[in-house]
Amino acid sequence: MIKRSYWSLPYLIFMVVFVVLPLLLIVLYAFQDGAGHFTLSNITRFFTDSDSLSTFALSIEVAIENTLICILLGYPAAWILANRNLNRSAVTVMLFIMPMWINALMRTLATAELFNILGFTLGKGTLLFGMVYDYIPFMIYPIYNTLLKMDKSYAEAAEDLGATPWKVFWKVTVPLSVPGVMSGVLMVFMPTVSTFAISEFLTNNKIKLFGTIIQENINSSMWNYGAALAFIMLLIIGITTLFNDNKETQAEGGLI
Amino acid sequence: MAKDYIIDIQHLSKSFGGVKVLDDINFYIRKGEFITLLGPSGCGKTTLLRQIAGFIAPDEGKILLEGKDISGIPPYERPLNTVFQRYALFPHLDVYDNIAFGLKLQKIPAAEIEKRVKKMLKMVSMTDYEDRSVDSLSGGQQQRVAIARALVNYPKVLLLDEPLAALDLKMRKDMQLELKEIHRKMGITFIYVTHDQEEALTLSDTIVVMNEGKIQQIGTPIDIYNEPVNCFVADFIGESNILKGRMIRDRRVAFIKHEFDCVDEGFGEDVPVDVVVRPEDIYFTTDPAKCQFKAKVNSCIFKGVHYEMWVDTDSGYELMIQDYDPYEVGTEVMLYIDPDDIQVMHKERTRNVLEGRMVDDTHVEMMDAEFECLPHEGIAAGDKVRVEIRFEDIELLDHQEDGVVAGEVHFLLYKGDHYHLTIRTEGDYRLWVDTNDIWDKGDLVGVNIAPKAIKLTRCDD
Amino acid sequence: MKKVLAKAYLYLLLAMLYAPLVFIAIFSFTESRVLGNWTGFSTKLYVNLFTGGMNGGSALLAAVENTLLIALISAAFATLLGTVAAIGIYNLKGRKKAGMQFLNNIPMINPDIITGVSLFLLFVFLGVSQGYLTVILAHITFCTPYVVLSVMPKLAQMNPNIYEAALDLGATPSQALRKVLVPELRPGMISGFILAFTMSLDDFAVTFFTRGTIGLETLSTYIYADARKGGLTPELRPLMTIIFLIVLILLVVVNMRREKMNKAK
Repeated sequence: MIKRSYWSLPYLIFMVVFVVLPLLLIVLYAFQDGAGHFTLSNITRFFTDSDSLSTFALSIEVAIENTLICILLGYPAAWILANRNLNRSAVTVMLFIMPMWINALMRTLATAELFNILGFTLGKGTLLFGMVYDYIPFMIYPIYNTLLKMDKSYAEAAEDLGATPWKVFWKVTVPLSVPGVMSGVLMVFMPTVSTFAISEFLTNNKIKLFGTIIQENINSSMWNYGAALAFIMLLIIGITTLFNDNKETQAEGGLI
Repeated sequence: MAKDYIIDIQHLSKSFGGVKVLDDINFYIRKGEFITLLGPSGCGKTTLLRQIAGFIAPDEGKILLEGKDISGIPPYERPLNTVFQRYALFPHLDVYDNIAFGLKLQKIPAAEIEKRVKKMLKMVSMTDYEDRSVDSLSGGQQQRVAIARALVNYPKVLLLDEPLAALDLKMRKDMQLELKEIHRKMGITFIYVTHDQEEALTLSDTIVVMNEGKIQQIGTPIDIYNEPVNCFVADFIGESNILKGRMIRDRRVAFIKHEFDCVDEGFGEDVPVDVVVRPEDIYFTTDPAKCQFKAKVNSCIFKGVHYEMWVDTDSGYELMIQDYDPYEVGTEVMLYIDPDDIQVMHKERTRNVLEGRMVDDTHVEMMDAEFECLPHEGIAAGDKVRVEIRFEDIELLDHQEDGVVAGEVHFLLYKGDHYHLTIRTEGDYRLWVDTNDIWDKGDLVGVNIAPKAIKLTRCDD
Repeated sequence: MKKVLAKAYLYLLLAMLYAPLVFIAIFSFTESRVLGNWTGFSTKLYVNLFTGGMNGGSALLAAVENTLLIALISAAFATLLGTVAAIGIYNLKGRKKAGMQFLNNIPMINPDIITGVSLFLLFVFLGVSQGYLTVILAHITFCTPYVVLSVMPKLAQMNPNIYEAALDLGATPSQALRKVLVPELRPGMISGFILAFTMSLDDFAVTFFTRGTIGLETLSTYIYADARKGGLTPELRPLMTIIFLIVLILLVVVNMRREKMNKAK
C-alpha cells in the first residue's frame, strides 16, 4: 500500500546504472582486447611489465610510508588536541581540520611552488613530504574524534589499578583508539595509492604513481589496459576493506 | 447488517512471515460504544486496530464501515482517526497547528478551524496551551493534544492504540476518567487497545479478549469477569483459582475433592470440566453448618485494600483467598463458596491430540520428530494416524538436547495442585502438560513421551 | 612544562600546514608573473581576477563559475535523491537494507579515480557525449551517499509514527512527505547538501574523466592543466587566498554558533 520501503527503488535503479554497471564495465574491459574478445593478456601484461610492476610497488611503498608518517606525526597531535589539560581551544582544532575543506590541488600546487622557491629539487623526498602535508588532516580528525569520545573511566580504572600514565597510554588509550586510527588509515592509504595529479605536481612528473599510469592509459585510448589496472586497484580496495572490517569488529569486542 | 452496527469485521486473517497473527476474526461494533481489544503482547490486537485504521491490508476478510467495505481504501480517505501510543505529535508545529493539521488538509476556512480547535482544547482541558511547543509538554499533556488532534476531525470512530501505556500510574488513572468523560460527551465509537485488564474493565462497554490471533471471548466487563468461558480468559482477567473438576450433573460439580452446588447446567453428566472461583468469593466462617471444606493458612500478605492469603485445603489443593480480615499463618480455617460464585467452563481439551504417520511398527512421526511407541493392531508403516497422549504422560527435561523434541514453556496455569503448561515445540506445535514441577514461562525444555503412553488410531485419508 | 612542549608541537605542525598557503597569500599582493618575485605591493591581480583581465583571468573565472554551478546543481539533485532514498532504506529490513547500505557505501569507499574511470567507460558504452550533463550525473553519483548518511540519523531520531499520523489525519503520501517528513529531516538534509556541495567543489579525478573534450573546465581541472603547462596563472594566487579566507570565516562562524548553542544548554 503505502510502503515507504518502495521509496528506495529510484535510488536502487540509479545506483545499478551509475555504480554497479560502471564497475562491471571495468571488469569487462579489463578482460577484453581491442576487438572485444575475452583475454587475460591485459592482466598478464601487468605482471610481466617491469615498469607497471615497479610503479605499482612504488605506489604501495609510498602509501605505506605516507600512512605511517601521518600516524606518527598525527597521533600525538590528535592526542594533544583531545586532552583537555593541554588544549582548550576549539580554534586550534579547527585550524587542523580546515585544510580538508580547501581544494587539494590548490594546496598541493602551493606546496610545490614553495619547494621551488626554497630550492628543493623535486623528487621522492618532496613527494613524501607533500603527501603527508596533504593527508595528515584526514588522519588527525578521526583519531581526535575517537579520543574525544572515549570514555575517560577506562583510563581512570587503569590508573586506579596501579598503571603509570605511560602504561595507561599504551595499554588502554591506544588500543581503544584503534577504530579511529583505522578510519584515518582508510582515508589516507587508498587515496595515496590512487592519486595522480598530486604526484605529478610534487615531482615535476618525474616519478609516476599507479594512478598516473591508469590515467595515461585511459587518456591515450588504451582503455583495456587502463581498465585492467583499475581492476587491480579494485582488488586492493576489496582486500583492505575486508581487513578493516575484521579489525573493527575485533576492536568493538566482537559486537557485530 | 443491523442498523446499529458501525463496524463489521468478517473473517479477517493476516500472516506475517508465515506466522498467523490474526486468525478468522469475526465481530461487530455498535455505534457509540466503547469497545476494548484486550490481550497479551503478540495476540494481534494492535494488528487488528491498524487494519481498521488502514495501515495494514488484510490477507483475507472484510472490514465494513456502515455497511461499506473499506478494505481497499487508504487511511487518509477513511473517516477514522487514531491516537498513537507515543502520541506522534508533529515536533515542528505548535499545539494549535498540530490540532488544526487535519482540518487544514480538508481546506476548512480559518475561522471555522479556530472555533473547532478552541472547542477541542477546552474538551481536553488544554485551553491556554495553544502556542506552546510540543516538547515543552508533559506526557499526559501530549496525550491530550493527540486526542484533541484526532477528535477535532469529527471521525466516525476513534481508534486508540494503548494510549496510556507510557504514562505513570497516577496519570494513567486520571486520564482513564477523562477518556471516559470525553467518550460520553462526544458520543462517538471508541475502539481501544490495551494489555491492561484493569484498564479494560474500567473503561469499556464491551471487551474483546484476544490471544494468539483468535478471539477468546466477547462480553461486558461484568460478564467476562464473572463468567470467563475458558482458562485463558479466567487467568488473564483478575485473579482466579482455576481448578480441575468434574460435572456430576446439572448444578452439581466436584472439585478439590469436594462436591458443590453451582448454577451451571447443560454440561452433561460425569463430564470433566474446569472450574473458576475468584479469590474474593471464598468466605471464612465460624459456623460448622456453613463450612464446606477446611484448610490451613499458608501465607497472609497485606495488599492495602485487602489481605491476600494462600491456604492448603484438607484435600491437598492450594487456593488464593482475598479477604478484609487477616488470618494468622498456621490457623485451621473453615471455608465455603456460594453456588453463584462457581463458574464452570468447558474443558478445551482433555488430552493431547496430534496427527502422525507411522514410520514402522514401533515408530511414529509427529511434530517433526520420531517417537518410539508400542505396536498397535491394524496399524502398519506409512499409515496416517491420530495420536492421543494424556497431559500427565508428557515428560519435560531441563535440557532441550535430552528430549526427542525441543520446546519452550509458552503458558502456565496453576490448577491448585499441579501446573497445566502449554509447550510450544520447535516446529511450532502445541503440547499441553500436567506437572508438579515448577517451571517459568520461557524456559527451554526437552520433551519425552514413554512409548506406552502413545495411543494410536488409524485415520482414513 | 609538558603543556609548553605540547603547544610547541602543535604550532610547529600548524606552521608547516599553513606555510604554503600563507606564502601564496603574501604573493597575491604583488604583480609579478613569476611566483616568489616581490615587485612591490599591488592589488592588480585581485582586480584582474574579478574583471577577467589579462593573463588568462577570464578562463579562470569561467572555470570558477562552472565549478560553482556544477556543485550547486549536483548537490541539489543529490539532496533530493538522497533524502527519498534514506526514507526508503530506513524502512527496509534485514538483507535488503544491508544490501542497499552496502551499495550506498561503494562510491564513498572507491577512490575517485575508480569512480571517474568507471563512469567514463559507462558513458562510452552508452554512447553519451561527455560534457556538462555527464559531469553533473557523475557528481550526483558520488555526492548522494553523503546525503543518505546525513539524513538517516534524523530518521532514527524521529518518532516512527508521525508519517502514519499524518496519513491518518487525511494527508496523501506526498502531502505527508512535504508537511511532516521534510520539516523533521530538514537539518539532516541541509548538512547533507553542504557536504555534497563541498565534495563536488573539491573533486578533481571524477570531473577529469567525465568532462569529455569540449573544453569544460572546473577549478581543479584548470589548475591541473595550468600546472602542466609549467606556469602558475598569477590570478590563481588571489583566488586561493580568497577561498582560504572564505573557508576560514565560515568555520569560525560555525564554531562560534556551536559554542553559543552549547553555552545556552
